[in-house]
Amino acid sequence: MEWLERNVPKLVLAPSFVAILIFVYGFIGWTAWISLTKSRLMPKYDLDGFGQYGRLFSAPRWDVAMNNLFIFGGLFIVISMVLGLMLAIFLDQKIRAEGVLRTIYLYPMALSLIVTGTAWKWILNPGLGIQQAIRGWGFESFTFDWLIRPEMAIYTIVLAAVWQASGFVMALFLAGLRSVDTEIIRAAQVDGIPTHRIYSAIIIPTMAPIFLSAFIVLAHLAIKAFDLVIALTGGGPGYATDLPATYMYAMAFSRGDLGQAAASAMIMMLVIFAIVVPYLYSELRPRRDQ
Amino acid sequence: MKSVLAASTAVMLAAPAMAEPTAEVLHWWTSGSEAQSIAVLQEQFKAEGGTWTDMPVAGGGGDAAMTALRARVLAGNAPTAVQLKGPAIQEWYEETGLADIASVAEANNWAEVLPERIADHMKCEGQWCAAPVNVHRVNWIWGNKQILDEHGIAMPTTWEEFNAAAEKLQAAGVTPLAHGGQNWQDATIFETVVLGLGGPEFYQKALVDLDPEALTSDTMVQVFDQMRTIRGFVDDNFSGRDWNLATAMVMNGEAAFQIMGDWAKGEFLAAGQEPGVDFVCAPTPGEGFLYNVDSFAFFELDGEEKQQGQELLAKLIMGPEFQKTFNLNKGSIPARNDVPLDEFDDCAKQSAEAMASGSEDGSLLPSYAHGMALRGAPAGAITDVVTQHFNSDMSSEDAVQQLADAVANAM
Repeated sequence: MEWLERNVPKLVLAPSFVAILIFVYGFIGWTAWISLTKSRLMPKYDLDGFGQYGRLFSAPRWDVAMNNLFIFGGLFIVISMVLGLMLAIFLDQKIRAEGVLRTIYLYPMALSLIVTGTAWKWILNPGLGIQQAIRGWGFESFTFDWLIRPEMAIYTIVLAAVWQASGFVMALFLAGLRSVDTEIIRAAQVDGIPTHRIYSAIIIPTMAPIFLSAFIVLAHLAIKAFDLVIALTGGGPGYATDLPATYMYAMAFSRGDLGQAAASAMIMMLVIFAIVVPYLYSELRPRRDQ
Repeated sequence: MKSVLAASTAVMLAAPAMAEPTAEVLHWWTSGSEAQSIAVLQEQFKAEGGTWTDMPVAGGGGDAAMTALRARVLAGNAPTAVQLKGPAIQEWYEETGLADIASVAEANNWAEVLPERIADHMKCEGQWCAAPVNVHRVNWIWGNKQILDEHGIAMPTTWEEFNAAAEKLQAAGVTPLAHGGQNWQDATIFETVVLGLGGPEFYQKALVDLDPEALTSDTMVQVFDQMRTIRGFVDDNFSGRDWNLATAMVMNGEAAFQIMGDWAKGEFLAAGQEPGVDFVCAPTPGEGFLYNVDSFAFFELDGEEKQQGQELLAKLIMGPEFQKTFNLNKGSIPARNDVPLDEFDDCAKQSAEAMASGSEDGSLLPSYAHGMALRGAPAGAITDVVTQHFNSDMSSEDAVQQLADAVANAM
C-alpha cells in the first residue's frame, strides 16, 4: 500500500512519458539519422555523412527561406510587441467600453491562420483589394502591390501575422499592467512624476517576465509559420516567400527528397534550440535572491 | 460453437477456390470530370466480377496520394494498383519492386499499339510494370477566336510571331497572355519555350538528359530572354492564380492566349464553347509534342485474388473501350493508337495525329513540368530556377548558371 502510494505518480505519468520519449525524441533521432543518409523517395538507413547539409546550404532556395525567417521573425516579434504594448497602455487608461475594444483586438487570434491568409490574399491583391478600392475613389496612381513583388511579398506575411497576433500580445501585456502594484503608481503620481515616466521607469520594468513570455510565444509562432504562407502567397512569387517549414514540406512531400527535408528540419530545430535553450537556462537556474 | 467454428473455417477454406479478382485502387482523380472518368473503370471492373475498393486521396496534385502510398508501403500493406506516372514508376520499382504484368501486355499486344516512347515509361528493366490511361498534350496554346479575329491575328507558329501578336494586343489594351503565377505553370511555359526555340533534339538534351553543355548554351540564354519577354505579356494580378481561372480569362475575352495542356479544353467545353468557333487550339510555336501520360502501376502482392485483380485491371485499362470513354470524359487522347477517334473533337484529333507523327520523327517528348521527364529532385530544382527568374529581375545569364548549379546539386 505504501509502495503504491509512493509510486502512483510515476505509474500515472509513465504512459505519457513513454509516448513523448518515442514520438518526440525518438522521431527527432530518426530525422537526424535520415538527414545523414541518401534517402530520396523512401527512407534508407545507410549513413552517408553530411552530404545532405552540403546540398542544403548550396541551394539558393534555402538561403531565401532562412533570410525570410529572420526578416519575418524579427519584424513579426518586434512589431507585434510594440503594437501590443501600445494597445495595452491605451486600453489601460480606464476608458469606456474597454471590454468591447479588448474583444475586438483579441478577435483575430480566434481565426485560423488559413482564414487570415486567405482574407489578406484578397485584401492585398492589386486587382481586387486595397489598391483597386483606392483607385476606384479617384486616386489613379495609388499603388500597393507588395503581394506580387518578390522583394516585398515577405512583408505582406509580416502584416497578416502582426494583425493576427498583436491583439493576443495586447491581452498578455494588459494582464501584466493590471498586476503592477497600484500603491507604487499612486505614490509616483503623488510625487508628480509624469505618466510616460511612470510607464517607462516603473511599470514596464516590472513587466519583464511578461516580455519574455510574449517573446517565446511569438518566436515559436514565427518559426513554425507554415499555414499562413501557404494560404497567403503559396511561397510565391517564385519562391520569394518560402520559409524553412514550407521548404521542408516541399522537399518531403512534393519532391520525394526525404534526406533534404530531414536536413532542413534539423536546422529548424537548431534555430529553435538557439532561442529556447537560453530561456530554459534563465528559468531553471536557482534564483540568487531567494 | 464447434459447428460455427467449423462452418467459418469451411468458408475461409472455400474462399480461395472461388477467387474473385479484387483491387484496391489508390488515385487522386477526385474532381468532377476525373471522378466520372475513373467511375467508368470501376463499373467495368465490377461487370467482370471483380471487387473494387476505391481509395481516392485528394489534394496537392497527387502529393497527398503519394504520401498515403509511402505510408502504406512502409507499413508493408501496399495497395493493389496506384496511379503513378513517368520516372516515378521506375523510382518505385527500384525502391520496392513492382508486379510484372508482361503476360497481360503480351497477350494484348501492347507493344504494337503504344508509341514506343510512351511504352518505355511503362517498363521496368525491360518488363511491363504499368498501364497507360491517357495522353495529355502539354504544349498547346489556346486563343479567344473573337479577339484574334478582331485584331487580325493568326495563331502564332514561331515565338517571334507570338511576340509581335502580343505587342499588338497590348497596344490595343488587351492582356495578351492569361497566366497563373504558380511554379508548375511557369514551368509549363518554360518547357514549351525550350521546345520551340531549341527544337526536339535540344529539349531532349537539356531537360531529359540534363546535359550541362545544353543547359548552359546560348540557346538556353535565349529561352530565358523569351521568358522575360513573356513576363511582360501577363497582367498584374497573375500571382497565385489557378490555371482554370486563367482559362476563364480567355473564355471571357479578358485575355487573348493561354499556354496550357489540353485539360484546359475541358474548361472551354464545359462552358459550352466550341473549338474553332469560340476558341482556337494550336500547338505552341515550334515543333514537337510534349506528353503527360497518366498510368497505373501495380505493386508485388501475395494472394491470388489480388494478382487476378491486377491482371484484370491492366487488361481493362488498356482496353479500347475504356480508353475511348475515359478520354472523352477527361479531354485527353487514348494512349493506344488504334482507337477510332470519330467522337473526339478537332483538337483531340490534331493531338492524335501529332502524336503519331512525333513518334516517327522523334519529336514525341516527355513533359518535364508534369513529372514525365525527370525524377522529383532535379525537376524541382529546375522549376525553382525557372520560377525565380520569371518572378524577379534575374538576368538570363545568371539564370543559366543557376540552372546548371541547381541540376548538379540535385543529382
